[in-house]
Amino acid sequence: MPSLKTLRNRINSVKSTQKITSAMKMVAAAKLRRAQAQAEASRPYAKRMGDMMGALAAAEAANPNAPALLVGNGRDKTHLLLAITADRGLAGAFNGNISKHVRLQVQALEAQGKTVKIFTLGRKGNDSLRRDLDSKIIGTKNFVGKKTLEFSDAEAIAQTIIGLFRDEAFDVCTLVFNRFHSVMTQTVTETPLIPAATPTANDNAAGDQNYEVEPDDGTLLDRLLPRNLAVQIYAALLENSAGFYASQMTAMDSATRNAGDMIKKLSLTYNRARQANITKELIEIISGAEAV
Amino acid sequence: MPLVLEIISPEKLLLSRDVDMVVIPGTEGDIGVLPGHSKLITGLRGGLVDIYENNTITDRFFVPGGFAEVTESYCAVLADGIIRQSDLDPAKAAEAVTAAQAAYDATDMNNEEAYRLATDRLISAQAMVDSISPQRSDKV
Repeated sequence: MPSLKTLRNRINSVKSTQKITSAMKMVAAAKLRRAQAQAEASRPYAKRMGDMMGALAAAEAANPNAPALLVGNGRDKTHLLLAITADRGLAGAFNGNISKHVRLQVQALEAQGKTVKIFTLGRKGNDSLRRDLDSKIIGTKNFVGKKTLEFSDAEAIAQTIIGLFRDEAFDVCTLVFNRFHSVMTQTVTETPLIPAATPTANDNAAGDQNYEVEPDDGTLLDRLLPRNLAVQIYAALLENSAGFYASQMTAMDSATRNAGDMIKKLSLTYNRARQANITKELIEIISGAEAV
Repeated sequence: MPLVLEIISPEKLLLSRDVDMVVIPGTEGDIGVLPGHSKLITGLRGGLVDIYENNTITDRFFVPGGFAEVTESYCAVLADGIIRQSDLDPAKAAEAVTAAQAAYDATDMNNEEAYRLATDRLISAQAMVDSISPQRSDKV
């Protein structure tokens, strides 16, 4: 039986932990709202960009000289996984899920005889993957200390990726990130970046509308494709940050609740021990008095 | 039937309103868009987006470049940002040109991609200077 003093210390320490987790939960909730608003605001641009890409890509799909960013460079030997995680932890399995998925994907691709390279965005993913896959990581970037994510950040990353593609460092690029469904659920999602998703017959509804294009399909696609890449990365980064705060909020909420349970249990033990002490003292006094 | 003009940056919707006509700076020349325009996708060079209501220009915005999608009922301008023409700062514009010129001079002419980016940047910066006191008359 632990002494009363140790129990008291224990209860106090759990209480202060609970204060911290509940504060973190509230901070995460406030940041989640901002992140969600930011993700919401970026949607019109992404939608219009997607529409335009769809219309242009449909026209260009049959062209043998279509840009490599759109249809790929004809090989699929080397895969690049662009893994997006958060820069901070204490968010449940949020970052772990991405690392796990990347590891599985690396195994699956290597089993098919492909070469795999990894580019990490976010500190946590890099820390975790570099332990066993260090040799495969060809680049990393994080946003530690950055308050809000700007489009120029995503653009810089897109430029780096395109540079690597032009230098033939990889043939196929896939984005791995947590898609934000709701505060409770974020799912690991894969999106092909290069080659850009080739539109299927169903997506071609936009193609029927026959857009006029100026200056011409090829020139415009050359400008549009890098832009589209940046937009997709930006959207994924925003989803990632919204998902992170949601996940952190949930994790901190359950931590607060667990701390509450623990305090209850410890208080019960503490009160029992105190009562036992009092009873013991009474018995001692009474039996002492009887002996006289 | 009014024309809905939307100016959208990657970060957010900057402007959305009904207009009578809008003139956008396409890569191949300025394009006037009226309601019922045929479907069009175009690149934009740096220049002024002029908003017409009741046959007068009610607003002019500088865009540094981007894309535009036009249909019968709307005109969506995808740009990095907009600056109201009256808010353009000559000193800043001149600075942008100097920086762009320096970047242009430093660019490797054999690298097609980099060359194009540097050229676009220079044209856009120059357009910013030109937009401060446009040659075009404000009258229609």
